[in-house]
Amino acid sequence: MDVLYFAWVRERIGLPREQIETSAVTVADLVAELRAREERYAAAFEDTSALRVALDQELADFDAPLAGVREVAFFPPMTGG
Amino acid sequence: MRISVQDAPFDLGQESTTFASGRRDMGAIVTFTGVVRDLSDDPMEAMEIEHYPGMTEKALSEMASQAQARFSLGDVLIIHRYGRLVPGEMIMMVATAARHRKDAFEAAAFLMDYLKSRAPFWKREISASGKAWVASTEEDEAALSRW
Repeated sequence: MDVLYFAWVRERIGLPREQIETSAVTVADLVAELRAREERYAAAFEDTSALRVALDQELADFDAPLAGVREVAFFPPMTGG
Repeated sequence: MRISVQDAPFDLGQESTTFASGRRDMGAIVTFTGVVRDLSDDPMEAMEIEHYPGMTEKALSEMASQAQARFSLGDVLIIHRYGRLVPGEMIMMVATAARHRKDAFEAAAFLMDYLKSRAPFWKREISASGKAWVASTEEDEAALSRW
């Protein structure tokens, strides 16, 4: 699946997007997998209460299932308007 | 309904006039415009706005549809810019058309409250001391509970 990062999440990880092969069942499982990869991922995902997630461009919860999802995006709380 | 996510400036007068024209059945048009402001002690040189192409347009269309379903609206316009803006520049506008002013005002307030914390934009302020992401506020989140 495609994993996208925005704002300071993108800066901490150092990439705007990447393709990930994963068997993670939920968003939380994917976060645990990413955290274990490298320090920069651990830093970006240190506090998931400070993050939001979208699955196929719809806001979702961290316990949401990933089955059938093609695009996951992680970002800080939005500041539009 | 018209949704535009763009880096180019928009002409507030022209957009408002076009939106308000030729509506014999709509007695009330409300417009709101957001401007980049600089209130800090550390003068801001510019604001950079990042967004999520694809999701942004979907989220704004969804908000506009919700506003139309919830209030008695004839039409909705949302323009939101991204990229680098300097203080004084217009960031965004919403316009609502309704038969009566109450629906037009309330729908505009509803859209602004949702745009603040549910549209995938992220602002960063650039000053002499560096770049800082704008944090979301409790007030912005709390504002949604009234709807």
